[in-house]
Amino acid sequence: MSFLLSDKQRRRREEFRQFARDELIRGSDSFARKNIEKAARRGYLGLPVPREWGGMGEDFLTYILLIEELSRICASTGGILAVHTSVGTFPLLYHGTAAQKKRYLVGLARGSLLGAFALTEAGAGSDAAALQMTAVRTRKGGYLLNGSKVFITSGGEADLYTVFARTDPDKGARGISAFLVEKGIAGMEVGPPERKMGLHGSVTTELRFSDLYLPEESRLGEEGEGFIIAMSLLDGGRIGIAAQGLGLARAAIEETAAHLRARWRESGKEPGQGAAFTLADLYTGLEAARLMVYRAARLKEAGLPCSKEASMAKTLATDGAVEAVTRCLDLWGPAGMGSESPLTRYFCDAKVTQIYEGSNQIQRIVIARELLKNNL
Amino acid sequence: MNFVLTDEQKMTRQMVRDFAEKEVKPSAEERDEQELFSREIFDKMGELGLTGIPWPEEYGGAESDFISYVIAVEELSRVDASTGTTLSAHISLASWPLFKYGSEEQKKKYLEPMALGEKLGAFALTETTAGTDATAAQSTARLDDDSYILNGTKIFITNAGEAEIYIVFAMTDPEKGSRGMSAFIVEKDAPGLAFGKKERKMGLRSSPTLEMIFEDCRVPRENLLGQEGEGLKIALSTLDGGRNGIAAQAVGIAQGALEEAVAYAREREQFGRPIASFQAISFMLADMATKVEAARLLTYQAAYLENEGLPYGKASAMAKLFASEAAMEITTQAVQIFGGYGYTRDYPVERFMRDAKITEIYEGTSEAQRMVISRYLLRE
Repeated sequence: MSFLLSDKQRRRREEFRQFARDELIRGSDSFARKNIEKAARRGYLGLPVPREWGGMGEDFLTYILLIEELSRICASTGGILAVHTSVGTFPLLYHGTAAQKKRYLVGLARGSLLGAFALTEAGAGSDAAALQMTAVRTRKGGYLLNGSKVFITSGGEADLYTVFARTDPDKGARGISAFLVEKGIAGMEVGPPERKMGLHGSVTTELRFSDLYLPEESRLGEEGEGFIIAMSLLDGGRIGIAAQGLGLARAAIEETAAHLRARWRESGKEPGQGAAFTLADLYTGLEAARLMVYRAARLKEAGLPCSKEASMAKTLATDGAVEAVTRCLDLWGPAGMGSESPLTRYFCDAKVTQIYEGSNQIQRIVIARELLKNNL
Repeated sequence: MNFVLTDEQKMTRQMVRDFAEKEVKPSAEERDEQELFSREIFDKMGELGLTGIPWPEEYGGAESDFISYVIAVEELSRVDASTGTTLSAHISLASWPLFKYGSEEQKKKYLEPMALGEKLGAFALTETTAGTDATAAQSTARLDDDSYILNGTKIFITNAGEAEIYIVFAMTDPEKGSRGMSAFIVEKDAPGLAFGKKERKMGLRSSPTLEMIFEDCRVPRENLLGQEGEGLKIALSTLDGGRNGIAAQAVGIAQGALEEAVAYAREREQFGRPIASFQAISFMLADMATKVEAARLLTYQAAYLENEGLPYGKASAMAKLFASEAAMEITTQAVQIFGGYGYTRDYPVERFMRDAKITEIYEGTSEAQRMVISRYLLRE
């Protein structure tokens, strides 16, 4: 057993930390394009992608460290990158044909292409298998896509979308297939950006598909494999969002501790136990979540089953993040609520992490299912 | 980062689990009911090599690591927290200071028989005026020719009355405050040592907790542990590691409660279906399981750091704080899941809940742990 990062991982983490601190623009009101471009120039958009496909070939845990460090400074940037990699790039990596990989994977890894993932619909959130968008085979081969997707991260900004549609209306989850849709293709319309509580540097839109024609080669995996493809991405996606949660919690705790230390220095009065003990609890919770996230990451790296662990990590880290930003805001008093205060941004950013990529209620269903299945 | 146990650690877990199921669990309920300490169980742990897990062979130890040690405490506590306490007090509180601060002679004379399970150890720091504030201790130790004369009263001492060897803290120089405390190795039959009140407790009922009364108690001069004035340092550094043992105990209690709750929820039917099929219950179980896992990782991390000779005070404080509060929450929820039956002594979960509470209090209250952690965050 070891609870230490390898020397290489530690160096990388320091590098990510410095990059985020020195280069990222904080608190963007609109799509954090510059942050993504800077990250792409460093190779970060393909950090865990094998070198042969233009990536940096780093291990999954190092990728998780990256998301955590980016999110520490800008949760929107961390989130865009997590989606781009976990569910925007990995579908190609795991399921793409050689031709598809050639066409897209290198671009995604280098960051010349930004990836997105379009599964959710107005009537299909947690119950993803209830999706209604259709992909009907045409006589000349290929498919005609019709329907709409909602809450798509990087909608309009992304260059490549992995889209899920129903090729067979009668087969439930097994009637869903995955497709690769390039930006700008005729038949796909991007809705206006959602006005959200937080994550303002990340764009979220509706996508409307109207008789969008796709050739056979644009299908990812076999017909009917779509749901399996989506599910195969879940564990990695969850661990990524968990890392985003870690970054947010750390931001709140570190900055609040600094704020209290500064007040102590100025006033000569030591912070009371109310504040001190609150921070101690939040910090302890963060440490617990961190270990759970890294453990899930290592299981995934080893190719071992990790659904329960990924769900546990996502739940603990994101519930912890919301708890941390909320309690920390209390400790700043009025100064914390101002539009200038970073705490406000962390507070507004954190909430969605309990909801997307599998709401924490769904995570509990996954965990409970695993618990009740085996005998612990 | 590597979260996989070594083969040896896995074997230790299996070995202790089997022992716990076979030799500890069957009598746990009765021993709790009767407040009966079992020397026999301690002897058997000695035979298995558990009583000296972390110490080198030359001192009778199993030469294993601190992770194996916490695993052992966890597995024992999973069926009987009192037995977990017996072992963790014996190793973390009584043996560790001997290992760290003892002279060769003291190690040979005291550590070795303790490691072999021939003698049981205890740690006597707490007094009526000195709990969290250990520096408020009032017991004294006066040097008189070739002995120290100890006077004072200790309370809440785990293993007291049964243990043969006691690490006792007393003021050799009351003027010097925190630097005036010294540590002594006191044998059970030392003249002037008597055992007073045995506490009647909410939980950990088969772990004896007694008062110790020192009335001109004579202790050989060579039984001073470390230097005069080092007592507080010895006490506090001992408690740093002791926390890991308690964290492990809490993890074990929580794990035992969780397993019982899962099994019950699958079997018990209401409204025509197992209660596990209701989200209120399944979500509760999911949260309980998540907390146990997290508590376990924090505990192993602290043990790992101790093993590697890296600073572990903050890590052990976090592990103890988190694990003990998790155990309290989880055992309470377990009783809830069992409903009315959970409240009766026919089912073990009420014992787990009664046992869990002390883990938030002894070996450094949760508040003391928060002091340690917040100091780290708020000091420049």
